[in-house]
Amino acid sequence: MKEKIISIIGAYGKDAGRLMDILTDVQAEFGSVSHEAVAVIAEQLHISEVDVVQTRSFYHFFTCQPVGKYAVYLNNSVVSCMMGMADVADEFEKQLGVKFGERTKDDIASLHYTACIGMSDQEPAALINNVVFTSLTRDKVKKIVSDIKAGKAVADMVNELGDGNNANPLVKAMVKNNIRKAGPVVLEAYTSGAGLTKALGMQPREVIAEIKESNLRGRGGAGFPTGLKWDFCSRETGDKYVLCNADEGEPGTFKDRVLLTERSYMVFEGMAIGGYAIGAKEGILYLRKEYTYLKAFLNNMLQEMRTKNLLGKNILGKGFDFDIRIQLGAGAYVCGEESGLIESCEGKRGEPRNRPPFPAQKGYNSKPTIVNNVETFCSASRILDKGAAWHKALGTDDSSGTKVLSISGDCKTPGIYEIAWGMSIKEMLEMVGAEDVQAVQVAGPSGICLPPSQFDRKIALEDLPTGGSMIVIGKKRDLLKDVVLNFMEFFADESCGSCVTCRSFNMILKNAIEKVVEGHGIKKDIDDMAAWSEIIRKTTRCGLGQTSANPIATTIRNFRELYEARVKDVDFLSTFDMQKSVLESCEVVGRNPEVHN
Amino acid sequence: MSDTVKFTIDGKECQGRKGQNIVDAATDNGVYIPVLCHLRDLVPAGSCRICTVNVSGRKMAACTTPVEEGMVIENNTPELTDIRKAIVEMLFVEGNHFCPSCEKSGNCDLQGLGYKYQMMVPRFPYAFERREVDATTPLIYLERNRCIFCKRCIRMIKDSEGRSIFAFKGRGKTLQINIDKKLAATLSDELAQQAMDICPVGCILKKEIGFKDPIGTRKYDKKPIGADIENNHH
Repeated sequence: MKEKIISIIGAYGKDAGRLMDILTDVQAEFGSVSHEAVAVIAEQLHISEVDVVQTRSFYHFFTCQPVGKYAVYLNNSVVSCMMGMADVADEFEKQLGVKFGERTKDDIASLHYTACIGMSDQEPAALINNVVFTSLTRDKVKKIVSDIKAGKAVADMVNELGDGNNANPLVKAMVKNNIRKAGPVVLEAYTSGAGLTKALGMQPREVIAEIKESNLRGRGGAGFPTGLKWDFCSRETGDKYVLCNADEGEPGTFKDRVLLTERSYMVFEGMAIGGYAIGAKEGILYLRKEYTYLKAFLNNMLQEMRTKNLLGKNILGKGFDFDIRIQLGAGAYVCGEESGLIESCEGKRGEPRNRPPFPAQKGYNSKPTIVNNVETFCSASRILDKGAAWHKALGTDDSSGTKVLSISGDCKTPGIYEIAWGMSIKEMLEMVGAEDVQAVQVAGPSGICLPPSQFDRKIALEDLPTGGSMIVIGKKRDLLKDVVLNFMEFFADESCGSCVTCRSFNMILKNAIEKVVEGHGIKKDIDDMAAWSEIIRKTTRCGLGQTSANPIATTIRNFRELYEARVKDVDFLSTFDMQKSVLESCEVVGRNPEVHN
Repeated sequence: MSDTVKFTIDGKECQGRKGQNIVDAATDNGVYIPVLCHLRDLVPAGSCRICTVNVSGRKMAACTTPVEEGMVIENNTPELTDIRKAIVEMLFVEGNHFCPSCEKSGNCDLQGLGYKYQMMVPRFPYAFERREVDATTPLIYLERNRCIFCKRCIRMIKDSEGRSIFAFKGRGKTLQINIDKKLAATLSDELAQQAMDICPVGCILKKEIGFKDPIGTRKYDKKPIGADIENNHH
């Protein structure tokens, strides 16, 4: 084992900054990053073992205990649960004879839950050794398990291929694009090189002026003006970096997955344009671990672009050098926060940084860095090709251009829709064929749970901002149990834990909503939860923390009656359940609990 | 261009150096802003959030926010006091803190703040987390029940080659403080003592010596936490 790990570390130049890659390769090779492996890595990189463990233990796809030869990661996020995840999980457990969180005795398979894997339009879905399995049913699980038992290679277990590049030999995935509506900025046809050619014919500051003039704002959800970010960074000196945030982890979002599948050349081109504008030579695309199946395809695309001289040295003969590498994540929602993403790229736990300094001043390796979303870079390519005025004319006054939405949940046609900003929720619901709608979760768990009385509101940065996640929740759903509790479990799991308020409050709030869902809540709990949510919003450092109480805060605001119907109108209700405790202890000693009833 | 900036805290006129963080600048002006993670000569972590103040109406962590000319800071409002008290309560319910049996009692910043904010019964339910004590290294007990994740030890205590002795493990609810067994074996007596001294609670304890200063003679036994800063300038 030692020799193999040493050769892995050697491949990354014995650079502790590449710890993520080293851990990824060790995990893939040995099915774990064991204590022994940690010792070798620490020794070789000349860092302490606790620092290796610190990074390993932050990401849930790195494990200390070995996973099975077939490691099944089933998505247990909201939409997957809505689409029948429980049955699928039950069938896996039955067929393999182990529970989730366990490994079969022969070490052949292990079962794990994981947060949203970006397949909300084709749930329930699972990853098995990085291969995606979508629209799972009990029958499909039976087939998968029989293939596992027969020792079939995971790649060969994929029988049907998806549309577009999903069928490309380098992807070979059953994933479907489900592009329902193409818009003029991102999804309509684009000639590779068009934007970059124009950009390189301009001065860098003219490129920034063009982006500013286009009114492009960050498509990841926060809506920060892209031109301004580039402008700040361009004023710094020395080495700089362009980072692309392809770590969409907000439950319910999957648009970047489709853009990476069908528009990767536009993404990379946008990064090169950004690099030219700010004066950077290097770019990194931070790809979420869940999208590992796209990595070979994306690397090939980079190679093609180098061949066409759209990347590499002296691009298009204009004397501009720029190249891009792909950095894999390892399963941590908070790495979608730009400074958490930078930390992760440096091989550390993905903990968001304090500001100031901002990444534009001090980012990757302490150098000035811009971090933009996949869709933002696509838009930048188009804007350079078609011009700022053309882009500004689309959408609303404050939100120019289009937005690619990932729509899922209780509707007839879940999938990808590129709309002009300004569409109302009502229009959106008609577009996707949704009826009997109880609520729409706008912008994922960190956004708003919107009631029908507000369906006239508009999808726009000035009204309902969104990074693209839209989950339609039908009337048949138990909003508090199926949605709010699931979201709070998600945040409690995904908090980096560094801020007291985010780490501790999310647990406290998760327990509080659980108490209400189980019927032990009292009226005071509702007001307590609302008040505590405010403290989180006001005191937590990063965007994840500040918005993490939103599932509770926005449903108390918009669906208070659901809470009131569930709580008891008393001043005190013991949280200690005698019956339940007796039941548990009876089970331990093997007595019949009936006698205590 | 002058390096000095003028600002106010709760109406009091103050002066500080450009780029200095609000906590340090306030201390220099005799204003106490409570901290648990901040230590003057370390890069601020901004993780305990107890130093939250209002800066032009916005909530900011004072340890990570630099003072600026004309800044209007509020440090003492009923809302901020309630938030700080909530944070102290949160830390008490999250870990397992039994002050009467703790070697750090009287020298503990968390306990000191508990008194300052007059915490009686926390508003949150206790978590009763099970946390493991690590007594395997030669000089230090790691009493994880009391850790508040301030990262002081992570940031400050390094071996002679700059390698970490302490680090986090896990995230969110599984987060814990971890000590490097190999490197801790090389720790000097002096550094082990320093680790214990900077720990704001009783999580890092030096072995073989305890209760050297009797209860009653300790830092916060006679004067409340922050009193030394506030009294400096009156």
